[in-house]
Amino acid sequence: MRGRRLGDRLLHAYTWLVIVWLSSPIAVMILFGFNDKKSKSNTTWQGFTLKWYDRLFDISDLTVALQNSLVIALVSTVITVVIGTMLGLAVGRYRFRGQGVTNFLVFAAISTPELVMGASLLSLFVSGNVPRDATTIIISHVLFSLSFVVVTVRARVIVLDPAMEEAARDLGATGWGTFRQVTLPSIMPGVLAGAMLSFALSIDDYVVTSFVNGGTVTFPLWIVGSVKTGIPPQVNVMGTLIFGVGVLIAIATSVAARRRA
Amino acid sequence: MAELNAIELDDVVKEYLSHGEVVQAVKGITLGIAEGEFFSLLGPSGCGKTTTMRMIAGFEDPSRGVVRLHGNDVTDVPPNKRDVNMVFQSYALFPHMSVWDNVAFGLKQRKVAQPEIRQRVGEMLEIVDLTGREKRRPREMSGGQQQRVALARALVNKPRALLLDEPLGALDLKLRQAMQIELKRIQREVGITFVYVTHDQGEALTMSDRIAVMNDGLVEQLGGPREIYERPATTFVAGFIGTSNLLAGTATGGVLSIGGGQVLVEQDGQVSVTVRPEKITISTEKPDGDVSVVPGTVAEVVYLGTYTSYAVSLADGAEITVFQQNALDSTTTAERGDPVWLSWRAQHSYAIGS
Repeated sequence: MRGRRLGDRLLHAYTWLVIVWLSSPIAVMILFGFNDKKSKSNTTWQGFTLKWYDRLFDISDLTVALQNSLVIALVSTVITVVIGTMLGLAVGRYRFRGQGVTNFLVFAAISTPELVMGASLLSLFVSGNVPRDATTIIISHVLFSLSFVVVTVRARVIVLDPAMEEAARDLGATGWGTFRQVTLPSIMPGVLAGAMLSFALSIDDYVVTSFVNGGTVTFPLWIVGSVKTGIPPQVNVMGTLIFGVGVLIAIATSVAARRRA
Repeated sequence: MAELNAIELDDVVKEYLSHGEVVQAVKGITLGIAEGEFFSLLGPSGCGKTTTMRMIAGFEDPSRGVVRLHGNDVTDVPPNKRDVNMVFQSYALFPHMSVWDNVAFGLKQRKVAQPEIRQRVGEMLEIVDLTGREKRRPREMSGGQQQRVALARALVNKPRALLLDEPLGALDLKLRQAMQIELKRIQREVGITFVYVTHDQGEALTMSDRIAVMNDGLVEQLGGPREIYERPATTFVAGFIGTSNLLAGTATGGVLSIGGGQVLVEQDGQVSVTVRPEKITISTEKPDGDVSVVPGTVAEVVYLGTYTSYAVSLADGAEITVFQQNALDSTTTAERGDPVWLSWRAQHSYAIGS
């Protein structure tokens, strides 16, 4: 360690500090999923147990809320990816009337505060006499995640050599064949990134959902509702599992990327 | 009836709307490219050569005129239904596919049976000398190899014609020269019509059977490499292909007087003639005989290995470039400032239109 400069050591310490700071909420969430708590609240450590994993689906409201969230996230992600990819291709590749407006709207949807978006969506649904349920939640989630898919897809489309699609056409591929065999595989990283973003945005959205949910309860809504009575450890376990799936996806992507390189 | 041309353009025009104004990229081109020919479209950038090729491929719709492939009007046929294939300047290889899948792409679109695909792709990779690299991805290969993948991918479909858009532009000089010979060999081997777009006159002269020299949306001259080089039809062609000396004036009695010298010409009146630098002999004594003779002073001497380039100033201020081979018996070693005589035979003065 001698000869190492003070600046290096400070940087080292700082790096660790940031890592600990970033991961401590996750660590606490995982840890308290193993807490053998006796009292109502799950905030003080009372011993290790695996029983919450065993009783994961004991709270039927919570289970339904999680199911709702997963279905809503999946459906809205599929819809968002399809529409967003088409939009991203259009604004990234072509010059058309209304392009500036489209780009502006995409950006506006990202920068609009969620509260504003939720409130205006609610008044839109109410004035249109649309009953609020899972469908309105999906519509709203598609709305706020769409821009992220457009942005990630557009970024790939812009660097795509247009001659590549011409080459496919030249070699006899139809319009659809060209898209399926050449365009889509080339922009796939952008499409997947957009899909993961919109899934993540949907599954933990509270603000917008709370305006347009009607009687439907999602996972985040249920958690917020249970704050007063104490959040049960099952929530920690579910959070841990969702986090675990996310980590697995991240590992799989980086392994695939390394294999491709 | 004469044999059908592989490609025919009949008064083809391409107009664009640019900032509210109609711009003609191609201003009416009529030409026929014969079966099995190596045909080059040569010209500076913006001359319309790439647009012309893209109209043959089907990526641009002509504003007027007709494109025919083997006598069939294909003007309104989309590119995927035209029996021509293209090699792109950027190669446009599919980065997510192996070399094999890139080459097999066209055959798969045509629903060719698997065993035939295997056989034809294998054969084609052999022709372009890439056997053993089937599983590579394009980005793992050098520029020259990618170039050959692009060539194989197009040729494996046995198109009626292969269109090449400045395919050697991205390669370095040595590789480019090697690929020129390689391209010519491949073309002989497969016997397919090649249409080659380039701005490099050396490339066009080396490989082509015939060349269309294009400028400003029109064909300035159409002919074999020798014809285009030796007998340029216009000032533009004379200036664009190689180096040439342009002499203009009024001739009387078959003689054009220039800078105290006499240039033999075929007709009287206002004439322009070009003379290639390597056709001119440089000497210290006034030469005799039935030749054009012009006196001048050496303004610049540049030694270039196989030949020496002289810039000679005439009495009227004009400058003539002369290339002299550095052969063993070359006796003239004129220095800067030396008075010299330039001479060339009458047939090397070539009269051109403006």
